[in-house]
Order: sequence, then C-alpha cells, then structure tokens
Amino acid sequence: MNSIRALIVDDSSVMRKIVERSLRQAGLDLAEVLEAANGAEGLAVLGEHVVDLILCDINMPVMDGIEFVRSLRSVPNAKGVPVVMITTEGSESHVVQALSAGATGYIRKPFTYEQVKEHVVPVLGVRA
Amino acid sequence: MTTAHKSLVEESSRERWLPLLELAMREVFEIMLGAKLESSDAERPLPLECTAMVGLAGPLCGVFTFRCDAEAAALIAGKMLGAPAGASDEQALDAIGEVCNMIAGNFKSKVSGLSESCVLSAPTVVVGGDYRVHSLAGRSVAMVMLLEGSPVSAALELRR
Repeated sequence: MNSIRALIVDDSSVMRKIVERSLRQAGLDLAEVLEAANGAEGLAVLGEHVVDLILCDINMPVMDGIEFVRSLRSVPNAKGVPVVMITTEGSESHVVQALSAGATGYIRKPFTYEQVKEHVVPVLGVRA
Repeated sequence: MTTAHKSLVEESSRERWLPLLELAMREVFEIMLGAKLESSDAERPLPLECTAMVGLAGPLCGVFTFRCDAEAAALIAGKMLGAPAGASDEQALDAIGEVCNMIAGNFKSKVSGLSESCVLSAPTVVVGGDYRVHSLAGRSVAMVMLLEGSPVSAALELRR
C-alpha cells in the first residue's frame, strides 16, 4: 500500500491522536496527517491540501460532520476522497444520513484499530 | 406522552439500566484506554472535581455525567494518548469529555428505542467542586467504579 495523506476532523484533540494511532496500528503507511477541529476548518485544509482519506466526527461545533461531507463534495481537491465517519451516534438513521450526505463508511465509538482497518482499508481503493 | 416515550420511561428503571450503564463504562475503558475498571462499594456519585456532561434530547431528555478527580482525568488522558505521564490539563479535560460522550453513546445503543429516538449534545466539562446542578431530574441511574484505585462515576439523570 502506498503512503497516504489523511485528514482527521474532530473537535477533540485527544480523539484525533487516537484516530491517528489507530490508523498506524491498522498498518497504514501515513505520509502526513492533517488535523481540523470542525468541518469549517476541514474545508479550509482541503482548500490547500490534497488528501487520500478523511476521517470525521459528526457532533462538532461550527460545522458538523454531515454538513462537512456535503460541502466537501464541491471542493475540487476532495470530490472523490473517501470519508469515514467516526462517531458516538450509531443509530441506523445517523448511518443513513451520513451515507446519503456522501460518507463512504461509518465507525461507531468506542472502536478498536481492527475496526478501523476493516472499514478504512477497503475504501482507500474507491477514489472516484 | 407517546407510546414510544411511555415504553422508554418504563424501560428506564434503575434495575434495567444500571447494568447497561456499567457495561457501557467498562467497554469504553477497555476498548479506548486498555484499562479494566474495578467495582466499587459506593453507589452514588462522589463529590469529584472534574465533571463532563453530555445532553440527551428527544422523547427522553436528560444529562449524562462523568466525574472524576484531576489525577484520574490525567490518568485517563495519558492512557488514551498512550503517554502515561505526558497529558496536559487541557488534554485531561478533553479526554473526560470524550469518555463521557462515548459512555453516553454506548449506553444509548444498548437501550432498545433510545438510539433511534434520542440525540446527544457535544460534551461540556466543568472543573471545581463548588457548584450545584439543578437538572429537574425525575429519575436517575448512577455507577461508581475504580480506575487503578481512583473513583470514576457515570450517571444519567432524566428530566421529569
């Protein structure tokens, strides 16, 4: 697997570090990890950087994860980038809402790195 | 009161929800911190100085709380970050907010009907012991456990 650039969007700095560690434990070769504390910051990062993978929380201030996913599909750099939601909200309606907005996958907290691997590795090949 | 609301209220007896709250706590600590919680004799939340809160809204309204002292908060952050002695105060508060959020979400997913009908707020953390919470609680479940000897408590208070 080639080195990848990942963007992690979560309002918790601790959770961003956990997600990064889980990606490394899952065996991903991370060339660079970019971080954002909400959807608006995430869009700003995507305006300046090209990434291969986005992991995103849903409940965040300023711009939540659902709005972020909807918005990023109009960002030229990010139209086809796989987005995996990582959130405490695990109901079927939340999953449907996230996937309808354009998310590629969904992981519910608490999560193991094996779950991250299971959900992230398959979507890395689906860039449109 | 809708049928779904009635069903959730009936379901919310202490006997039914307490084991689910304990399981939700244990799973979050084992999966995200690699730590096993020990049982404690204390039944009610202790007057601890760090309180994380996550609101519950929908047919049932209330607040989840997670409480611990500053040392336990630093321990939790260290375990989450994989850096036992390296967590800052800000990271410690961030960590217990996330722990509260995950316990709330995990508990919600274990109660039939709650996951689909109720949503959670983003976490808020309060530091200090000189305050009183007025939550119009109608009923509550609370669990105190030990993390490496330090008490940590989780509770759900439902509004009347």
